[in-house]
Amino acid sequence: MTHNQYTNLGEQVYSEKLSNGLSVFVVPKPGFYKKFAYFATNYGGVDRRFKIADKWIDTPAGVAHFLEHKLFETKDGNALDLLSQNGASPNAYTSNDLTAYYFECGDKFRENLEILLSFVSIPYFTPESVEKEQGIITQEIRMGEDDPDFNLYYGLLKSLYKHKPLRDSVAGTVESIGQITSELLYDCHRIFYNPSNMALCVVGDVDPADIFDTAHKTLPQQPGEVPLRDYGTSESLIPEVSRAEKAMDVSLPVFNAGLKINPVSCGKEKLKLEIISYMALELMLGHSSPLYLRLYADGQINSDFGFSVDSAAKTAYIVFGGEARDPQFVFAEVQKEILKICEGGADTELLKRIKKASMGSTIRAYNSFSAIASSISEGHFQDFDSFDAINILKAVTVDDILNFIADNIIPDHMAISIINPL
Amino acid sequence: MVTNSKHTVYKTQLAPGVSLTCVNAGRFKSSSITINFISTLNKKTASANALLPRVLRRGSINYPDMESLSALLDDLYGVRVEPIVRKKGEMHCVGFFVDFVDDRYLPGGENLLEEATKIACEILLYPAAKNGKLLDEYVQSEKSNLIDDIRASINDKRGYALDRLLEEMCADEAYGVGRLGSEAEAAKITCESLTAHHHHLLSSAKIELMYCGLASPERVENAFRSALKDLPHEKRNEAPKTTVILEPNSDAPRRVNETLDVTQGKLTMGFRLGNFMKDPDLPALMMLNAIYGGEISSKLFQNVRERLSLCYYVNSMVDKYKGIMIVTSGVDFSKCDDAQNEILSLLDEVKRGNISDTELTAARRSIINSINSALDRLGGLEGLYFDSTLNTPPYDPVTLSEKVLEVTKERIIDAASGIKLDTIYFLSGNGEENEAEADDDT
Repeated sequence: MTHNQYTNLGEQVYSEKLSNGLSVFVVPKPGFYKKFAYFATNYGGVDRRFKIADKWIDTPAGVAHFLEHKLFETKDGNALDLLSQNGASPNAYTSNDLTAYYFECGDKFRENLEILLSFVSIPYFTPESVEKEQGIITQEIRMGEDDPDFNLYYGLLKSLYKHKPLRDSVAGTVESIGQITSELLYDCHRIFYNPSNMALCVVGDVDPADIFDTAHKTLPQQPGEVPLRDYGTSESLIPEVSRAEKAMDVSLPVFNAGLKINPVSCGKEKLKLEIISYMALELMLGHSSPLYLRLYADGQINSDFGFSVDSAAKTAYIVFGGEARDPQFVFAEVQKEILKICEGGADTELLKRIKKASMGSTIRAYNSFSAIASSISEGHFQDFDSFDAINILKAVTVDDILNFIADNIIPDHMAISIINPL
Repeated sequence: MVTNSKHTVYKTQLAPGVSLTCVNAGRFKSSSITINFISTLNKKTASANALLPRVLRRGSINYPDMESLSALLDDLYGVRVEPIVRKKGEMHCVGFFVDFVDDRYLPGGENLLEEATKIACEILLYPAAKNGKLLDEYVQSEKSNLIDDIRASINDKRGYALDRLLEEMCADEAYGVGRLGSEAEAAKITCESLTAHHHHLLSSAKIELMYCGLASPERVENAFRSALKDLPHEKRNEAPKTTVILEPNSDAPRRVNETLDVTQGKLTMGFRLGNFMKDPDLPALMMLNAIYGGEISSKLFQNVRERLSLCYYVNSMVDKYKGIMIVTSGVDFSKCDDAQNEILSLLDEVKRGNISDTELTAARRSIINSINSALDRLGGLEGLYFDSTLNTPPYDPVTLSEKVLEVTKERIIDAASGIKLDTIYFLSGNGEENEAEADDDT
């Protein structure tokens, strides 16, 4: 058992790698009633082509998400029922590069943990139940089609990427999920849900040894092979198309703009890149930046305006946007601002304050059990310690940020996706 | 001072009509304060209420614009001061949610509680102004943002269908007024009228101050007393009352059908709780909602979604102040009638007492769990204690949640017995798909 203490944050983490290859993390939270368990596999929407036992396999879009839905169904019923009858609130999600199952509860934590570990590791599918789920997921896909944010986001990703699987929604399409069979689900489960490809993270007032023991007893004993993935050849940073536009039932035009940046595959450098890119974006577009304040005061944008940095499939990208009276104008202003920062440097006083504010939000994030668990798991799959964030943040220099902007934020690399009112 | 099984709660009056509630909770990385002005929800003033904190947030006398205010807040490790607008029954509660990192995680000597309270109260009492009036530039700009937000409610079809149901069902009641008011009323606001409204709220509205965190009540009280020393000490209004309508005003439920460009229908149904509301048994109401549709273990979720696959989502919620229950669901256009029939027949099951012990146990657990979990989040903690402070009579949220253990099936049947369907609102698509499905039926 490894024990790490982070006194500046008032947190500690016990961790162990079990003999079956599973990594388990426990963050004790004395004084809290709720306990949170998060069981994740390093398998998401982009993992569609992979190599196992020396053979390359191609799968349709949406298998990871389909599995996420189906695993709750067990031979004896539905794990959602079991958990909710035990007073837990279970849920799950599939992102580009990860699928996570989690619950929060007060009492009966160990019993609930056993249920979580079993239903995720013991699949049970029948052709009938797969067909029924195709109906439910079709509904979910349709709901996405009605959602302006969904259209906006995938409009942008399809503009940025030529062939990376990030172009497609994690849920797949009605056509692609039509190709999913129970055999395919069993295969993908065997390959990606082996303990060596997974992590368990528990946050709450629990005894770490008890968690390690429960995981050891409940899960399969054999480690498995971690599959190699193929995300297609790497792409240049130039977007495939620079603009996507659509009309939907929205009250104001909304836009997402963004660009691909130079990715870092894993390790502490990756966490550092994430932090530096956030700070750079705060400096350029954040709610304290001169650009945001000017556009807000002019009524061009509202407080919805924001940004994110994401990475998956060996690529990284930045998205920014929100509602705007004139998206094209805002987009052009952002491009001008970037050139200005590149030429004239940054306001170092502003940067100092942004750093203090980021420290505040980093510390505050430890209020959230789910944020703690997901960042530990993400760090584990990408080989960094998420608790390093606060120290990396403190050490970031003005040059780090200016260099990042000069190297990555190239106005010509940007694309924009716009949804106009009907 | 009250101590329940979770917290020590300290309540005091800083002045007539100005109450402070301090909930002692040391398990978070941050602490929060909220400043709430409570007035009656009203068509005429709802938009002005919603607009005011947004305009005040633009700047104060010492930090007259967003540049200087953001610079100050960033320098205080990102203190957040966010406008909040809540609708609780027919009470309209507006003000600020403020949160800040606990001093113990910072380099030292920060005293963020005092600093945050001071700036929040400064914004409130001394907003940026010219010739005694709020700045027209800020009023116009935030008015336009507010109108955008009112219009944007259409973007979230699930929420939109709910708002439309309440507008239709409570057309003649204050409850039908949306949290942000209406576009028409917002458009009428001027910098003069908003300045007058500001003075009116400052001098007459009931004020609820909440603090959740580790600091001692004395420290919090001192911080507020000092920051609010210039608050007008006039006679403040009592907390407004919510008018409860026990029964639908017609025998047959009203039905409103509308279309928008959606591919999935939104079926929303509003019920009145009947005579039960004369002396509401809150723990029984919580149990009723959990068993019927409030939780994953509920009848609605288990049957309408899981067993019959009639919908993508379905849930019920109750407004304990107003005596209304609402069911919302997302359905295929062609399945609307089936879903509606099933939703009603499951309500009859509850009324007939067709409730298993498993359902009772699951509901009790879910309620206790969700309340305890909410108490473990700073925002949830504030929300629960704020809610309980507004109720007549006020209650202790932790003690109340523990009372669900004693709720019998009979009390749940009593709570359900008077429930009557008032209005159905169905939002369907206007595309070809809907017509094609209609053709299939013929």
